[in-house]
Amino acid sequence: MAELFFFIAGIGAIAGAVGVVTLRNPFYCVLALVSHLLSLAALFLLLRAEFVAAAQVIVYAGAVMVLYVFVVAYIGGGEQPALRPPVGRGQRMIAGLCTLGLFAELMVATLGSGLKAIDSEGAPYRPGFGSPAQIGELLLTKFLLPFELASFLLLIAAVGAVVLARRRGGVGEAGDERRMSALEFARGPAPLGVGSMAEAAGDIPGGVDAESSGSVSSTIGERGGW
Amino acid sequence: MNIGWYLAVSTLIFSIGAAGVLTRRNPLVILLCLELMLNAANVALIAFARMHGNGEGQIFAIVVMVVAACEVCIGLGVVVALYRRRLPIDVDELRELQG
Repeated sequence: MAELFFFIAGIGAIAGAVGVVTLRNPFYCVLALVSHLLSLAALFLLLRAEFVAAAQVIVYAGAVMVLYVFVVAYIGGGEQPALRPPVGRGQRMIAGLCTLGLFAELMVATLGSGLKAIDSEGAPYRPGFGSPAQIGELLLTKFLLPFELASFLLLIAAVGAVVLARRRGGVGEAGDERRMSALEFARGPAPLGVGSMAEAAGDIPGGVDAESSGSVSSTIGERGGW
Repeated sequence: MNIGWYLAVSTLIFSIGAAGVLTRRNPLVILLCLELMLNAANVALIAFARMHGNGEGQIFAIVVMVVAACEVCIGLGVVVALYRRRLPIDVDELRELQG
């Protein structure tokens, strides 16, 4: 029975991966990746990693993919591939050769490694293996430092994404927008240009002069805050 | 199932992801292909954790998921910033990373 589930999940995962690489529309690529991730979660369950499978479904296939879908919808990636032809034949040939070489090398490295346990089902199953209790105990005792570092990394990435994606005076749109300097930011009556979500979505104009900023802040208040 | 089968699936998915990174032009799809490669590594880590019978490989897989989430966050931020500046969403035309 495990063999049947393995082949279903494995074929689903590989088909999803091929779909991500070959489909033209980025939105369909994201959907293919979601099916790929769900199949991988089934594989993780077969390997008795229950907590990681649940995290895969909830965090990866749920939250991260929603982020992708939002960005694809924002950019509207559908018309991109029609504008330009796909990559040339030469590049595709070279990429295929590199991929085949990589595949052969990885196969040799993993299956030809001489580890005896590769041809077995693995260590005997103990109750509680891969359960949230075991993962939590490991995370808070033996791997406490990596756990804290991972949380720091997430915090830095969140701040970095806000800084990267906020609206600011760019090359092409220098006319109607101006940058907020640090001094203006410090003494301004309403601190605009702070990179908030409402500002990034364009609800609030980026740089306004001092007399109209009061009205802008009042509209912010009517809308229910930042 | 033997552990070797899982490693074979992981290798194949990793190669497919590498091919996608090499052939696609849209940075969004390139990020998706990077996700494929990270997930292939996750499968291998969890297969080895099953092989040894301890949970440390699963901790590694969770850390890889955290790093992947950070990479997605920053990568999508860069893509949105590119779109804001009306630059082409095409890695072949973005030859310089100047502000």
